[in-house]
Amino acid sequence: MRYFEELFHTLEETTKTNEKVNALIQYLSSVPDEDKIWMIAIFSGRRPKRTISTKNLRLWAAEKSGIPLWLFEESYHIVGDLSETIALLLPPPKIEVQKSLNDWIQYIISLEKREEKDQMDLVYNAWDSLNTSGRFIFNKLITGGFRLGVSQKLMVKALAQFAKIEPNEIALKLMGDWSPLTYNFETLLSSEQNEGSDSRPYPFHLAYPLNELGDLKENPSDWYAEYKWDGIRGQCIFRKGKYFLWSRGEELITDKFPEFASFIRSVPSGTVLDGEILPYKEGSVLPFHHIQTRVTRKKITAPILKENPVAFRVYDLLEWKNKDIRSLPFMERRNLLDQLFNSIDASLPLQLSPILSFSSFEDLIKLRSSSTENGSEGLMLKNKYSPYASGRKRGEWWKWKIDPFTVDAILIYAQSGHGRRANLYTDFTFAVFSENGELLPFTKAYSGLTDKEFLEINHWIKKNTLERFGPVRKVTAELVFEIAFEGIQESKRHKSGIALRFPRMVRWRKDKVAAEANTLEDLHLLLKKGK
Amino acid sequence: MGLLINTAFGLYCPQADVYLDPWKPVNKAIISHGHADHARWGSVSYLCTTSAAPVIKYRLGDINLETMAFGEEKRINGVSFSFHPAGHILGSAQIRVSYKGEVVVFSGDYKTVNDGFSESFESVKCHTFITESTFGLPIYHWTDQKIVFNEIEEWCSNNKKNGHLSILYAYSLGKAQRILQGISENAGPFYTHGTIEAVLKVMRNQGISLKNTIQINENTTRTELLNGLILAPPAAQNSNWLKKFEPVRQGIVSGWMALRGARRRRNADKGFVLSDHADWKGLNDAIVLTGAENVFVTHGYTDILSRWLQDKGLNALPLETNFEGDEIL
Repeated sequence: MRYFEELFHTLEETTKTNEKVNALIQYLSSVPDEDKIWMIAIFSGRRPKRTISTKNLRLWAAEKSGIPLWLFEESYHIVGDLSETIALLLPPPKIEVQKSLNDWIQYIISLEKREEKDQMDLVYNAWDSLNTSGRFIFNKLITGGFRLGVSQKLMVKALAQFAKIEPNEIALKLMGDWSPLTYNFETLLSSEQNEGSDSRPYPFHLAYPLNELGDLKENPSDWYAEYKWDGIRGQCIFRKGKYFLWSRGEELITDKFPEFASFIRSVPSGTVLDGEILPYKEGSVLPFHHIQTRVTRKKITAPILKENPVAFRVYDLLEWKNKDIRSLPFMERRNLLDQLFNSIDASLPLQLSPILSFSSFEDLIKLRSSSTENGSEGLMLKNKYSPYASGRKRGEWWKWKIDPFTVDAILIYAQSGHGRRANLYTDFTFAVFSENGELLPFTKAYSGLTDKEFLEINHWIKKNTLERFGPVRKVTAELVFEIAFEGIQESKRHKSGIALRFPRMVRWRKDKVAAEANTLEDLHLLLKKGK
Repeated sequence: MGLLINTAFGLYCPQADVYLDPWKPVNKAIISHGHADHARWGSVSYLCTTSAAPVIKYRLGDINLETMAFGEEKRINGVSFSFHPAGHILGSAQIRVSYKGEVVVFSGDYKTVNDGFSESFESVKCHTFITESTFGLPIYHWTDQKIVFNEIEEWCSNNKKNGHLSILYAYSLGKAQRILQGISENAGPFYTHGTIEAVLKVMRNQGISLKNTIQINENTTRTELLNGLILAPPAAQNSNWLKKFEPVRQGIVSGWMALRGARRRRNADKGFVLSDHADWKGLNDAIVLTGAENVFVTHGYTDILSRWLQDKGLNALPLETNFEGDEIL
């Protein structure tokens, strides 16, 4: 596992793409095939099944470190990462043992069928034979989620160089439902069709945010405009009489949306559609939270289906008559898509995302400003001649969102952050005044300020703490921040009666005092307008 | 703690009318060491150790400063004050205060391991111990400094091989001298930022022997620097100081580097875990060794360390200070 540790540290230490790619290639050249494929799996979120609960890990680690559980939890709160906390707390190893990444993963998998007592002994054994860095990786392998900056793009680049295969081909091979338990490194990269490749999705083409129309230098007639739908990006795959639905996060979510299974009646086999899963009822798009319910619930029951109806709104065609047509210009793909829709049963929740007509960029500005009325969050601008690229590609697809809402709110609670921000107060709760002068908390926000600003605010927080509840500090209601957000909803859970979507701090309004912040009434006005 | 009370100006001894490390100007200040959060400007008179004095004078200017050697005693209105090595930086002291048989020790900042440069920490028996807790969490345990210096030397030599300059960020007072003292001559020549060179000069003038260093100036070339190691204060990290010498590799030498979160926040290429504060074990050992029944915990994880000490049967309480958390680099 030494090589994997090294790779992990290098990836974490450098921000330079080239160095990351080199580290990945270096790793691939140094380890046996089974360690190669596990690395790819881990960094693309395909970790082995969890065999030990985090609750047990915490208990065992506290016991082994000779500290009470409360002190373990306090330490965890400050470190912000469970695996790291455990690695730092444990006493030094007895004897360090070198095993490969694959060996350790097999060790972890083998824990599943053991009695709890044996599991504990085996975990203690592992901890006793690894140093701090090794333990950290071992714990991560159990708890999953490396959350490291290895984008799919980066992995593709490294593998393409290492295996001397075209990047696009690699990207395709890495998609979909595979696991090192069923695939080995050779079959993963081989040109043969693999088992399970029927379900394999294409890498999604992602858009860049457009800040101003100046970024679109070309002629308006080179562009198609569509609304930007605010749902979940999905890919519908119809192959060999079977149907699969993938999310952008490369999760197979077919079972979460059973109503889409009926598409198979209308869509011919050998077709792949790219589109948006939208909360939708009787001709209109519903608020986003309806779709969250669908994704987060383990079991999709009949009442959930009924209360959270959805539709799939298609905007691209990637495979047609069993052929990968991603290299065709968007214009042609769109033509084929229109043809397909001529024969779609209109009673199905399967819709075409309309192309909006415009003749000048001024028209676009108007379209964008009215986009919320149609339940969208702005516009998508796609070059008519663009192929369907893998990943993010600049200049061909732009997303042009409406400007977010903003309010000025008052900081009332602060809590220290996690991970990169451990040790700093970065998790803030904000309030506004109600009509009778009561301060009502209505949102939390974490991001949006610079490290320097955070330091300054931290200093202020320490001097202006009124009360402490565990890690939380109540501070003097004095500082005003501008909070931006994407949407506002009614919420029965909050005393303020509202909930925000994607709230973040835009700036510290040093020019404002608490009395000049927005009020609850302002927020309720926004709520009415948002509808 | 009648002998010492916590005031808006800092710890105060009413009987002697003296403040310990006050953070606002007072009449009489006794200073544990020269770091800016302990030695503040504006008081009428100061008392510190003989070896800490030159730097404090350099930093605070023309002040009314009296000095005393470690172990000597000074009586003020019946209260006896003495300095005892804290092992934090050169000249850093714990301040022992005793009156009518009651003994209180204010630790200042301290570390229990010998760094080979500062006067080695000395445990002082007392009834009440006021301890710092900068790294007062069980996640912090320091490795032997020899291992850390080896890591630094290896990192430098790798950088050299790849044509990258090596720059280490370290506090100009304390860490910089500890590194110079502990690192192999082979990692040199050692180039310095002006802030660090100034402190080194003060120490050389007081007769402390330190490795040779070269201050970087506008004529320094990249080729020269590539052969050696650059030492700079943390504040220089975000300045344009080294722009013209790119590509550089930046390492930070600090106890905070033990956490991945802190490493990433500081945006350095490499973090080296080396601290001039006691780790969890160091704090616990030091507290037990004083034999104190009462412990006040200040500067750091005050709540957590106090609760832990209470669990162990000690009379422990957090002591809030105005500058808590300032040392988060």
